[in-house]
Amino acid sequence: MTETAAIELRGVNKSFGAVHANKDIDLLVKKGTIHGIIGENGAGKSTLMSILYGFYQADSGSIHVDGVEVKISDSRQAIGLGIGMVHQHFMLVESFTVLENVILGAEGGARLADGTQRAREELYRLEQDYELKVDPDAIVGELAVGLQQRVEILKALFRGAEILILDEPTGVLTPSEADHLFKILNVLKDQGKTVLLITHKLREIMAITDEVSVMRRGEMVATRKTADTSMSELAELMVGRSVLLEVEKTPAQPKQTVLDVQNLRVTDSRGVRVVKDVSLQVKAGEIVGIAGVSGNGQSELLETLAGIRKADHGIITLAGNTLDLTKVSPDPAEIRGMGLGHVPEDRHRMGLINSFSEYENAILGYHQSEQYSNGWLLDRSAIKQEARDAIEKYDIRPPNPDLKTANFSGGNQQKIVLAREIERDPEVLLVGQPTRGVDIGAIEFIHKRLIELRDQGKGILLVSVELDEIRSLADRIIVMFDGAIVGEREPGADETELGLLMAGVEGERA
Amino acid sequence: MSAGQLPRWVDYGLIPLLNLAAAFLVSGLVVLLIGENPLEAVEILLWGSLGFGEGVGFTLFYATNFIFTGLAVAVAFHAGLFNIGGEGQAYVGGLGVALACLALDQYVPWWVTMPVAVIGAALMGAAWAFIPAWLQAKRGSHVVITTIMFNFIASSLMVYLLVNVMAKPGSMQPETRTFEEGGRLPFLNDLQSWFDFGTAPVNLSLIIALIACVLVWVVIWRTRLGYEIRSFGANATAAVYAGMLPVRIIIVTMLISGGLSGMMALNEIMGSQHRLLIEFVAGYGFVGIAVALMGRAHPVGIVLAAILFGMLYQGGAELSFEKPAITRDMIVVIQGLVILFAGALENLFRPALVRIFTPSRVPAVQAG
Repeated sequence: MTETAAIELRGVNKSFGAVHANKDIDLLVKKGTIHGIIGENGAGKSTLMSILYGFYQADSGSIHVDGVEVKISDSRQAIGLGIGMVHQHFMLVESFTVLENVILGAEGGARLADGTQRAREELYRLEQDYELKVDPDAIVGELAVGLQQRVEILKALFRGAEILILDEPTGVLTPSEADHLFKILNVLKDQGKTVLLITHKLREIMAITDEVSVMRRGEMVATRKTADTSMSELAELMVGRSVLLEVEKTPAQPKQTVLDVQNLRVTDSRGVRVVKDVSLQVKAGEIVGIAGVSGNGQSELLETLAGIRKADHGIITLAGNTLDLTKVSPDPAEIRGMGLGHVPEDRHRMGLINSFSEYENAILGYHQSEQYSNGWLLDRSAIKQEARDAIEKYDIRPPNPDLKTANFSGGNQQKIVLAREIERDPEVLLVGQPTRGVDIGAIEFIHKRLIELRDQGKGILLVSVELDEIRSLADRIIVMFDGAIVGEREPGADETELGLLMAGVEGERA
Repeated sequence: MSAGQLPRWVDYGLIPLLNLAAAFLVSGLVVLLIGENPLEAVEILLWGSLGFGEGVGFTLFYATNFIFTGLAVAVAFHAGLFNIGGEGQAYVGGLGVALACLALDQYVPWWVTMPVAVIGAALMGAAWAFIPAWLQAKRGSHVVITTIMFNFIASSLMVYLLVNVMAKPGSMQPETRTFEEGGRLPFLNDLQSWFDFGTAPVNLSLIIALIACVLVWVVIWRTRLGYEIRSFGANATAAVYAGMLPVRIIIVTMLISGGLSGMMALNEIMGSQHRLLIEFVAGYGFVGIAVALMGRAHPVGIVLAAILFGMLYQGGAELSFEKPAITRDMIVVIQGLVILFAGALENLFRPALVRIFTPSRVPAVQAG
């Protein structure tokens, strides 16, 4: 046998409650290759990798590393088997130096200096071998994201990783940082390492992998040699239908401006200006999409408009009320009262309280409203009745308002948030990543609901990192890069052109 | 939130029982080590706390203290705050009770003094919690640190007041004069005749404590304020998103918590000692933390945990009386073990139980 398998999974199953996250997964990753695993959010990619890295135990099935069946019950064992993982969210101690982070958990001996000296030499060697240049004495928190990721890779290599798993590594990177990462991965491959790349971006798969496996709704639906496949075939396999989601809608009929933002400037807690002089308008009856690589100020823009974040400067006019944010800092309740609904980007962190029951979450942000009070007490029967109505209207499953929201699937959780924000009949709806981690059926429902709301004459400001989503939903697309608006395009605009704008390669200003 | 995944009877029943069993097992070993029979010790402990009317009376008397301080800790818990200052808040609450009693006892009957004393206790306790609350809300000074420091300040303040200001004229004792009838809550023995509590000082405060339990339940689970408190405690980011004001929630919650701690003084000062004296809180404020943890921050659980600790106090006293080899200090060790297992090691058995009862219901948040 010339090609041996670095990793082989046979019949791996994993369920979380009613969610069958991995169904009978077979996977064969050849030694010394870059193997891509592609699938939509929620397809089960991360679960599979967590099983491989020992975070979860498979319910059934077997794992073989270098042809030997192994049991991996924690990450230490995975490391012992030569598996290294670079997480989507870095596992670094920000106040430590690069060197300290690299030896973390592998200090070797009671005297720190021995370990660091050895590590320094080892780092130097790794740097030479793999072109992974990072100053070992720099403080990690002060490094750019791309460099932090390099530290994560160094960490894995320092521990003797032969198989490197990267979970959505480019989500946080600028295009040039991503290019550099791919260069590093190619060097790693040339040195005989095996790389498993988890992503939902087709372009990356095509650019760098040797083979690609496609996951859809917990199943491994296909494995292809990258050279023998195409983007459109992979997309088809991912989505499971021949056409990409096309939302049916009539042309927008925009009327008066309902949200007007003038020269908004926002500084984050580190003192970095994250929103730079943003001005935009949203009219009644239109969806304005904000496109951009995540981390370019879209999140901060949404949070500021919703009253969660303070602005340095800016005037917003919301359904006829003008607020000078330089002088006043309205709170979210106040802004809601003026007719703004807000579907936050991160429903777990912000949009829902997962330990609360569904009906309790159905009034989050509206709990002070008179209709839910019964003298001093909350009118629970009224709240539950309304929750039941929303459950029916939005087809939320399971239809049980007493169930904790943590026990709903991502799509149903999102519907709970949407129902809450839409049913209050807002003039303007801010929507962040409406379909992140949401299954396809729910995506269609959510998109339809947003179009309906638009057609009822409401203004919608949509932020999404999924360009396809923006293109299919929005009536106008605004592109943000590095905190500023760098252009406005029609939804029919060329994808490459939008991509260039999002990457900060400035075309002519629209 | 792994807590949300267990069946309720496991979370609220089995886990406390397991913790308790572990505590008693270790205590039994300690008793064995000093050459006594652990089973006999348990028998004496149970008989001493529940075996006769007066024992029951003392158990309930101690339990009253624990209900107040346990509720105080629990309310703060729901907002994600850890109020360690029950000791100081109860101590200063005693000042409120004493001032009401000293001012009114000679002129009006007890049932007129009582509401004033309740309000006085709650106000003083709340006032003592206010500064740590304000510092937490406005300045981010951690409430755990500041409430602990305020326990020491309360202690010194009360010594000063009792020695220099409030002591009975001509007396060297750091305590006030004894209250007249109008400043004494009636003993339960004087209010009913179907159960004889002997000379135990269990008094009307127990009823007030139970009413407080109901009120806390209503506030936390049935009002908008409670909704905000629980939201803030469970997910502060979501609470801000919902337009709740953290500063307001922190301060209001701590005021309620401090007020409940302060009301513990009703039982000791107006119900039993009938005078304000030094160090009357005697650790009840701290034990309230264990009571709240064991009672899962729910009033029903707190009542049960409070009775358990009442039994340990009363039964333990009997035990050291019957078995001189088991000294009072040994009893404190046993109480300490219960606190250790019920409070500090509250999650000792949880992971195993989660595995047993929810084999495939691990949170699916990471799925994808």
